[in-house]
Amino acid sequence: MCESATINKIQKKMVLVFAEHQKGAFKKAAFETVTYAAKTAQLLGTECAALVLGNAEEAGQLGKYGATKVYQIKDINLEQFDSQVYTASISAAAQELGAKVVVLSHSSTGKSLVGRLAVRLNAGSVAGANALPTVEGDQFTVAKGVFSGKAIATYAVSSEVKVLSLMGNSIPVEEIGSAVGVESLSTAVPAPKVKVKEVKRAEGVTPLPEAELVVSAGRGMKGPENWGIIEDLAESLGATTACSRPVADTGWRPHHEHVGQTGVAIRPNLYVAAGISGAIQHLAGVNSSKTIVVINKDPEAPFFKAADYGVVGDLFEVVPKLTEAVKEFKAS
Amino acid sequence: MKILVCISKVPDTTAKISFTEGGKNFNTEGVQFIMNPYDEWYALVRALELKEAHGGSVTVVNVGPAGNDSIIRKALAIGADNAIRVNVEASSSMFVAKQIAAVAGEYDIVFTGKETINYNSSEIGAMIAEFLEVPFISYTIHMEMNGNMATLTREIEGGHEVVEVQTPFVLSAAKGLAEQRIPNMRGIMMAKRKPLKVVEAVDFQDAAVPVKYDLPDEKGGTKYIDADNMKELVRLLHEEAKVI
Ligand SMILES: Cc1cc2nc3c(=O)[nH]c(=O)nc-3n(C[C@H](O)[C@H](O)[C@H](O)COP(=O)(O)OP(=O)(O)OC[C@H]3O[C@@H](n4cnc5c(N)ncnc54)[C@H](O)[C@@H]3O)c2cc1C
Ligand SMILES: Nc1ncnc2c1ncn2[C@@H]1O[C@H](COP(=O)(O)O)[C@@H](O)[C@H]1O
Repeated sequence: MCESATINKIQKKMVLVFAEHQKGAFKKAAFETVTYAAKTAQLLGTECAALVLGNAEEAGQLGKYGATKVYQIKDINLEQFDSQVYTASISAAAQELGAKVVVLSHSSTGKSLVGRLAVRLNAGSVAGANALPTVEGDQFTVAKGVFSGKAIATYAVSSEVKVLSLMGNSIPVEEIGSAVGVESLSTAVPAPKVKVKEVKRAEGVTPLPEAELVVSAGRGMKGPENWGIIEDLAESLGATTACSRPVADTGWRPHHEHVGQTGVAIRPNLYVAAGISGAIQHLAGVNSSKTIVVINKDPEAPFFKAADYGVVGDLFEVVPKLTEAVKEFKAS
Repeated sequence: MKILVCISKVPDTTAKISFTEGGKNFNTEGVQFIMNPYDEWYALVRALELKEAHGGSVTVVNVGPAGNDSIIRKALAIGADNAIRVNVEASSSMFVAKQIAAVAGEYDIVFTGKETINYNSSEIGAMIAEFLEVPFISYTIHMEMNGNMATLTREIEGGHEVVEVQTPFVLSAAKGLAEQRIPNMRGIMMAKRKPLKVVEAVDFQDAAVPVKYDLPDEKGGTKYIDADNMKELVRLLHEEAKVI
């Protein structure tokens, strides 16, 4: 099936990582996932190959993050996402290459694939892994967040083939290799049954699940007309804005900004919360953030217990002062 | 149109999370269990709306022991027509998916929630779809039917995607797909008489199971910064936390 003979040279039992791109552009999540796969391969004493589906000029760059081979399948049927088509392509590549571990990003695409691939490959899966596996003979143990970030579960994976999807922002991206050549696989790709009619993405801003810095506000803001100070702070930091659920429910802010148990779950490096009380359902979606700053006028607000840094004060005064201080810092 | 809605039983959103036997088991003492919010608020309600608009039936399915009948009755009280319980402990994601796939063959649409709030895996829906060899649409926030053709909007990073697909298919439901419904007295009375079929499990070997739970490291305590000294906060974020 393959155009090239070099496949024979790649070690069997390799780790195959599916590297996602958006219209040919790879993002941080893809680099994290390749780094993770390369380190997993090191633990197993094997190689890591990356698989790219569809057109992407920069595919060879994935070598920088530790992939020693990059394979690509180009086909008109891969231009749009259909989980069945992608599953067929990834599993065909995995079987052809003799991959024993398949790694994905726990993104919207990855979440549509991880379970499917596991069934197709007769594999055990861990969806949303947040650390490298521990290898014990043929078994892996892998940790992931459960109970909406309130606990960590360790899974034992005993199947011969294993499928893991990596939660974003769990491990740092590392440049541990250099760019490599790209080889085409001529895998037969089935026709999609899902027809994509329209794709809409907010331009310019980093989407919440990918954001490293997030500025969030709640009912303490009093009304949507006051959000300018939050946007200013976000802009000074280069952060993405978020909000609590009642704020989205009353239409003060768009729904996609709603974080928490029933909204988006995020784990940025910095989460700044202004005028949010810190209800348990809100914390469930944000408590995996590396650093949490809470600004609230009520010293008893439950959020302070989950904070690294707390500021007791009126957000209408504190937030603009913080913005000024950030601007000063950036200018220096 | 025959619709199947997968419902799971999870600890209440405010439940205190702790474990027994050195992290082997979840401590259920004093914990209230509820129907997984995504399953109840979005998947089940949208399924009922489609039935109301286009006819057909809504069946709910749960994989679990008899103690789960409470959430099944609630789903029937909200409006499902009948229920199936696969009488076995839900030992792993793929085990659950296999059990559901074993009863799901005759349905046009299978609804799941976007994730369970205890395991947060978001994988069972895709597994059911693969067992059934049908399409899967994740994180659905809007859905309309026209004959056997569905138009769905799904969340993707930083936006959404509108797709078209023919039945049969599996989807996972996210916020926006429907509005929560509270069961009324009549629904609760009627639920008692609706059929709940208990079926035995099919054989399946688990390949990935949770073996241990830990609580995350406690935060080192909150550092308070004077509201008039935001320069100090910025310094700490830069030098101590190293996040800016
Ligand atoms: C099943 C379930 C799921 C839920 N899911 C979510 C979810 O995903 N996300 C979510 O956010 N919520 C969720 N909730 C709701 C949650 O319980 C809280 O009601 C909500 O988070 C409160 O939002 P808030 O903090 O903005 O508002 P409030 O609780 O009203 O808090 C406002 C805060 O602002 C402070 N404040 C007021 N004025 C000022 C000022 N001038 N300066 C500084 N501080 C000020 C107050 O002291 C207060 O602490 C859920 C609830 C349930 C039951
Ligand atoms: N024991 C179960 N019985 C029936 N459906 C379930 C069960 N567990 C999970 N599900 C369904 O699968 C979805 C996703 O679960 P998960 O992959 O664990 O996040 C849930 O929202 C439910 O719709």
